[in-house]
Amino acid sequence: MLFNQSLYNARRRKNAAIMAFSMLASVIGLSILLWILYVLFSNGFYALDWAMFTEDTPAPGTPGGGLRNAIVGSLLMVGFAVLISTPIGILAGIYLAEFGDANKTASVTRFVNEIMLSAPSVVLGLFVFAVVVMSMGNFSGYAGTVALALIAIPVVIKTTENMMRMIPGSLREAAFALGAPHWKVALSVVLRGARAGVITGVMLALARISGETAPLLFTALNNQFFTLDMNGPMANLPVWIYHMAMSPFDNWNELAWGGALLITLTVLAINITARIVFRERVGV
Amino acid sequence: MSEAIIDQKNAIEVRNLQFYYGGFHALKSVNLDIIERKVTAFIGPSGCGKSTLLRTLNRMYSLYPGQRAEGTISFYGQNILEPKQDLNLLRARIGMLFQKPTPFPMSIYDNIAFGVKLYEKLSRSEMDERVQWALSKAALWNEVKDKLKQSGLSLSGGQQQRLCIARSVAVKPSVLLLDEPTASLDPISTGKIEELVHELKKDYTIAIVTHNMQQAARCSDYTAYMYLGELMEYGATEQIFFKPKRTETEDYITGRFG
Repeated sequence: MLFNQSLYNARRRKNAAIMAFSMLASVIGLSILLWILYVLFSNGFYALDWAMFTEDTPAPGTPGGGLRNAIVGSLLMVGFAVLISTPIGILAGIYLAEFGDANKTASVTRFVNEIMLSAPSVVLGLFVFAVVVMSMGNFSGYAGTVALALIAIPVVIKTTENMMRMIPGSLREAAFALGAPHWKVALSVVLRGARAGVITGVMLALARISGETAPLLFTALNNQFFTLDMNGPMANLPVWIYHMAMSPFDNWNELAWGGALLITLTVLAINITARIVFRERVGV
Repeated sequence: MSEAIIDQKNAIEVRNLQFYYGGFHALKSVNLDIIERKVTAFIGPSGCGKSTLLRTLNRMYSLYPGQRAEGTISFYGQNILEPKQDLNLLRARIGMLFQKPTPFPMSIYDNIAFGVKLYEKLSRSEMDERVQWALSKAALWNEVKDKLKQSGLSLSGGQQQRLCIARSVAVKPSVLLLDEPTASLDPISTGKIEELVHELKKDYTIAIVTHNMQQAARCSDYTAYMYLGELMEYGATEQIFFKPKRTETEDYITGRFG
């Protein structure tokens, strides 16, 4: 075998250098992530007590207090937004994946979706303000829900379409070859196979809207008191965190950290649960 | 064609079939009979049109715009190339197996039940029976009877292909189209499937595309040799392999090319 020692050595050195740089990059990325978590934890951990879940946001200057109204408000708005955006997003994604190849409507839809995905959330918030808040005459939890849904839908559409397109054509053909109608192929075979990915897409959308502040600023506004009435301004975590972090009050600052940590932990928990549950179902 | 066999009926009659991929004329004036309850093999070098021909028989090409066929294909007297042909119903009566095993992402039981549920209403026990029957027909029952709830994807390659056979057989079609069914399998699994084909032909009409001439010689009753979109020769397998009428056929059989 013809063997050039110096060439071989140069190649090994290059290999080692690239490996080192790649690992360094991963370490940097991971450590920033861990740093964020650490800062959140160290500042917010002490705020995580019963009071945070049972007491409402305190008036400026008053001690103690919690985030109950904000937590409940966010839960309601995010919850309903996910409820609205999931069926719309998944069905649209299915349409684009299964019927969207030679279709003008589909290509236009896909294009518009891409734009919506990158639209600044503050713009979407202003849109909902102009359309919903102005016509209703008041800020409301409903308007907040609509704004969040508008952000979530494009995410679900995109991931659903991508996940379904990843299912190989041979699987579709096998279902057609049994005489299955197209909708059955799409739902019972393709969507079933893409299930894990589609759910992950919904989780992504959920995570994204949990922390969105700008769209809520002009729609749900905010509320110092506890209310379940979505027909008026509604307390929510992101806006309260913003409000409290900027203030000079110590208890408010502490609550802000607590709120931030709470959002992070919740999203983390949802993601982990989703991965565990859906890994076992796929059965591979 | 060779000796006229009077008692046998044609399940499918292909007359003057032309097929186009866009502007490309892929099948040229093909005339062929698929005889009931016999195995007909399509052989030929890569790109000769044998898979294309197979896929016209269950109108699989209709899934893709730009692919079209002209001529007639009679399935028990009915021309399936007519626009008003119900494609889904057709495909329930003419089943297809692919080169790569394609188990659905569901349990073994559900894989088999999927096709059956499309057109038949069976009670739970009737469905259980059908599933067992289909898996036995595919020589897979003993291997999976204790794990029917497990995913179809958990089986080995050869088992997955037999699962696909069971799935196709469960809907009780008249014809089975096999597109290079053993191309991605090891020799032992290949042997099992060839045995299966031999068993299945007692009840089903089978058309098989194969790259492997020995397989065609072993398994089939009739063979069609295709080259560049044309049907070069068609006849009883023995005659094709031992006394081919055309030099082109003889060249391919003896390995002079392809």
